[in-house]
Amino acid sequence: MAKHALRLVAVAYVLFLLVLPVILIVWRTFGDGLGPFVEALTSPSALHAFKVTVTVAGWAVVANTVFGVLTAILLVRHRFPGKRLLGAFIDLPMAVSPVVVGLALILVYGRFAPFGGLLESWGIQVIFSTPGMVLATVFVALPLVVRAIVPVLEELGDEQEQAAHTLGASRLQAFIRITLPGIRWALGYGIVLCLARSLGEYGAVAVVSGRLVDQTQTLTLFVEERFQNFDQPAAFAAATALALIAVVTLLLTKLLRPKDRIDGN
Amino acid sequence: MAIEVRDVNKSFGTTPVLHDVSLDVAAGSLTALLGPSGGGKSTLLRVIAGLERPDTGTVRISGVDATRLSPQRRNVGFVFQHYAAFKHLTVFRNVAYGLEIRKRPKDEIRKRVMELLELVHLEKLADRYPSQLSGGQRQRMALARALAVEPQVLLLDEPFGALDAQVRKELRTWLRRLHDEVHVTTVFVTHDQEEAIEVADTIVVLAGGEVVQAGSPAEVYDNPANPFVMRFLGPVTEIDGNLVRPHDIEISPDPVEGGSPAVVSRVVRLGFEVRVEVEIGGQDAWVQVTREQADRLGLGPGDAVHLRPIPGARSLALAL
Repeated sequence: MAKHALRLVAVAYVLFLLVLPVILIVWRTFGDGLGPFVEALTSPSALHAFKVTVTVAGWAVVANTVFGVLTAILLVRHRFPGKRLLGAFIDLPMAVSPVVVGLALILVYGRFAPFGGLLESWGIQVIFSTPGMVLATVFVALPLVVRAIVPVLEELGDEQEQAAHTLGASRLQAFIRITLPGIRWALGYGIVLCLARSLGEYGAVAVVSGRLVDQTQTLTLFVEERFQNFDQPAAFAAATALALIAVVTLLLTKLLRPKDRIDGN
Repeated sequence: MAIEVRDVNKSFGTTPVLHDVSLDVAAGSLTALLGPSGGGKSTLLRVIAGLERPDTGTVRISGVDATRLSPQRRNVGFVFQHYAAFKHLTVFRNVAYGLEIRKRPKDEIRKRVMELLELVHLEKLADRYPSQLSGGQRQRMALARALAVEPQVLLLDEPFGALDAQVRKELRTWLRRLHDEVHVTTVFVTHDQEEAIEVADTIVVLAGGEVVQAGSPAEVYDNPANPFVMRFLGPVTEIDGNLVRPHDIEISPDPVEGGSPAVVSRVVRLGFEVRVEVEIGGQDAWVQVTREQADRLGLGPGDAVHLRPIPGARSLALAL
């Protein structure tokens, strides 16, 4: 009896919080057929928002992948003072609200901040421009790649790398030919998670972008702006597109995750 | 000398692991680093390979000072206890790894790898992945991989430690035969005295981070430098304040010259060997005799006997 009650609560919970809203969005999007959906997504503003999102997310993923792999190796393979502090800092973006991140970035890189002013005098505009949005996205997605590969690196151990060294491999050769293949599934998983987080980021990007339509508007900002302006078809269409991307990335992570275990034994 | 280690000291943090270790390994020899765990033997092997850097002291390999050389440039083969197989590469690619790094021509790599796989009897498993091999097969693959780059010295860190007893015995004999075939200077670490005596032509006993004794297996077994080595190399028992091998003791029912009286407390038959446990001077000791001797003496618990070391027996006086 208790089991059935628990099951009912769980199903109702998921139904009202997740399934119903998603179904309704899809329903509203495709209610008038595929035509309006395609039309809404191919408007110049929507296309531009797509482009901005892809640019920002792309750079953020590249930055976080490179940084994530280097940091994970540093954390797992090396001993240095401040290691635990670094480990704690990596997780900070999980705890801090993205809005705070955005405001903090304005305090450092804004036009009237010392550092931002210096960059501005060199002709580099960070806030209200792509670099700022990339920075904000990098920050919020920071831990994902690191945390995905740290446990796999730990389990892998360093004996294979040492064996490669005794066989004549340089550090770089051992990394590319031994370490990287060893963590490839975890890295893929981390990158997909990072991509999903970057594509869906709203808060921090909203603060640093200035929400300039057709300039710094990402897809999530586009959804919100269209909705505020009573253009519901466009808002729903873009929201559905975002949801579809999320579903695809979710499937990708499911594909990548089990292989990791096979790889690890 | 293929390897010359001079006055090497090494600490991990505040824990000293190696203390003034000096060691010579003759070219073409098969040397065992033998000692209890925590004795520093694996660390010494890793220092020779360049995987650990000594705090002080020098390592020369084939006459060249290698102390500051990275493992990449030492040209040593290293075999790990847990194989360190490259899991994402086939057996063939594992063995070919060192040659691929050296950018040798494809035909040459193929030929050399197949030769080595035949040497370690894995030629039929060339396309398998390490996860599809048994422990013994993985270790033979690791050995072929280390030999592929024609190392000046081959270093094995407890190579059979992770294998079950049966496979371990097979691989021991096989390693000895392999060494007779390839003649590469080999150093292996073990805590198993039987393994060291059976396989090696030189044994170096390490304990507490120091070299306690070095010599041929017979020398180390018959003339142990101190009670520790004697205990570590084989069975011992104590009679009259002397450490004696239990097979070097004579039992007789009648008083003999130089003998000490004892009382049999238990007779254990272990197949060919019979273990006679006795009480002598208020202490427990034991004597190893053959079944034939035991039958002749007809020993049973409670019997009064006389013990003395056989002529020429090695014994060490224990400082009391």
